[in-house]
Amino acid sequence: MTRFVLGRLGGALLVLLVLSLAVYALFYVAPGDPARLACGERCNPAQIAQVREQLGLNDSVVVQYLHFLQGLLAGRDYSGGAAVLHCDAPCLGFSYQNDRQVTELLLERLPATFSLALGALVIWLVVGVGTGLLSALRRGGATERVLTVLTLAATGTPVFILGLLLLMAVCAYLQWLPFPTYVPFGEDAEQWAWNLLLPWITLGVFESAKYARITRSSTLETLAEDHIRTFRAYGVGERALVTRHAVRGAVAPVIALSAVDFGTMIGGAVLTESLFGIPGLGKTLIDGVRVVDLPVVVGVVLAIGTAVVIAGAVADLLYAVADRRVTLS
Amino acid sequence: MTVLLEPAAPAPGALAPGAGPAPRAWRRLRRRPAALLAGGALALLVLLALAAPLLAQLSGQDPNAYHDDLVDSARGGVPLGSFGGISGDHWLGVEPGTGRDLFTRLLYGARVSLLVALGATVLQVLLGVVAGLTAALGNRLLGRLIARVTDVMIALPLLVLAIALTAVVPPDFPRPLLLVLAIGILDWGGVARMVRAQTLSLRGLDFVEAARLSGNSTLRIARRELLPSLAAPVITLAALKVPTNMVIEASLSFLGVGVKPPTPSWGQMLSGAQTWFRADPAYVLLPAGLLFVTVLAFTVLGDGVRTALDPRAGSRLRVGTRKERTA
Repeated sequence: MTRFVLGRLGGALLVLLVLSLAVYALFYVAPGDPARLACGERCNPAQIAQVREQLGLNDSVVVQYLHFLQGLLAGRDYSGGAAVLHCDAPCLGFSYQNDRQVTELLLERLPATFSLALGALVIWLVVGVGTGLLSALRRGGATERVLTVLTLAATGTPVFILGLLLLMAVCAYLQWLPFPTYVPFGEDAEQWAWNLLLPWITLGVFESAKYARITRSSTLETLAEDHIRTFRAYGVGERALVTRHAVRGAVAPVIALSAVDFGTMIGGAVLTESLFGIPGLGKTLIDGVRVVDLPVVVGVVLAIGTAVVIAGAVADLLYAVADRRVTLS
Repeated sequence: MTVLLEPAAPAPGALAPGAGPAPRAWRRLRRRPAALLAGGALALLVLLALAAPLLAQLSGQDPNAYHDDLVDSARGGVPLGSFGGISGDHWLGVEPGTGRDLFTRLLYGARVSLLVALGATVLQVLLGVVAGLTAALGNRLLGRLIARVTDVMIALPLLVLAIALTAVVPPDFPRPLLLVLAIGILDWGGVARMVRAQTLSLRGLDFVEAARLSGNSTLRIARRELLPSLAAPVITLAALKVPTNMVIEASLSFLGVGVKPPTPSWGQMLSGAQTWFRADPAYVLLPAGLLFVTVLAFTVLGDGVRTALDPRAGSRLRVGTRKERTA
């Protein structure tokens, strides 16, 4: 067990190291001079030279990358002339657009993303697993066929089409809700929920399709096993067979996949966030890309990578805990 | 190999049942009306996309020509006339704000969607097959390295990396090509993992062993013995990758980091759609509907191909169903 955890952790760190190297390389293939981008449009050559000195862009690429890693692990100082800028431990540099630490910016955006992911998680667990169970229970019938078609349609649909149609129907035509604007939970919990309702439904229903498929197929697989035949022989009813016994086969995959998806969403559901204007990590990424704010882009990608990698490791662990047949090695 | 990859000729009667994997798969596919319908719709779309310049000429419209006289500038650029300005000249109306012809823009948008989706799939399959075969057949160190890289590639969030990549590529680089490269290079891990696993299990089988003992080189074995056996799972995976790639292209264009204007793209049209919900619903529904139907058709077709090529499909998930129990 310990060995498995350590090995998984090592692998995760390796992935992150590769990722950091890859995204850091972005700086050097990017068109334009990072110093000029950092300094802004109206900088004269002397100012640009000063910024270059301050950001350490005169060092060799390897030294710069090592400094970047050092900043991530221990924090670093940017010194240029008289002023010394200190950047705390997970240092991702300073945003070009607003003179702030990228880490600070990202932490500020995290609650919005977290709110979105949490609601979507609840929806896909209820709707997705429910749909899957229903179609396993009604297998071979018309209900199952309808559900299968719906699931297939929802699997392929881009999430923003679902969101656009919901916005169009609910906000523009029926006018049941105003167009959503994000309200932080701490400010007004009720408004928070109302404004996140459509994003939750969009993302949750979109993800539900996948969970319905998995629940259905794992449940059906379990139904074919010997112990179910025994239950049936003892006269256990069909409904109880599916919802109480066969559903156990779906528990492990659903939990594991939920961990991965939740982690990915914490990293930012870019499409849903930008469609509904939720100021989360994903929207930060898109905004950063639009104005070529490279430290922000690199920071978000690293943060998302970290979330995904941690989620993957957690998923493996949960799978082993939920399914006794899997041994960790 | 050639026998297997030949376009399956439907020759009922000419071939005995089970004459080969391809005719068998074709017969199975033909029995699924949904897959056939999807295939037909896609064939029509491909045809329309290929004929886009011709159709544009026929309708006498240029996808990038502005028509200020067709939109009501007093009302913020809403198209004049009903249903988004449908007329004899503009078969599907015009774009709000600019007055550009919607029919030709949607057609040219289809070209971009299809080109990127198919191009990226081809690249993914090429990279994946080469990486997977090398990982399974190469020396141990190389194999482990590739397997590790594959794991990393699968773990990374594709959309996010593609977005970041578009930030740093020079603006004059052709966008559709960039999208093909970005999607292809970032997302070959799935194919590679599957090819590696399949090859590892095939490697120990007698026919591969026999080929090795008769003195064939590894390359020849890979080409003559392994690739034909890998064709079915690779085709299945590729068929399911096409709609995924199409959605990624549309998503990137929707986010404003994909295809650059004035080149039309369905995703890009939808990014401006929010403002026109009430004033010009046709402008929202047309690209959304087209994208939805196309992606759905590719998904259904891919699902059909999977079932047709999987020898166990059809029986596996029917276990314990009513049909089986009554039988």
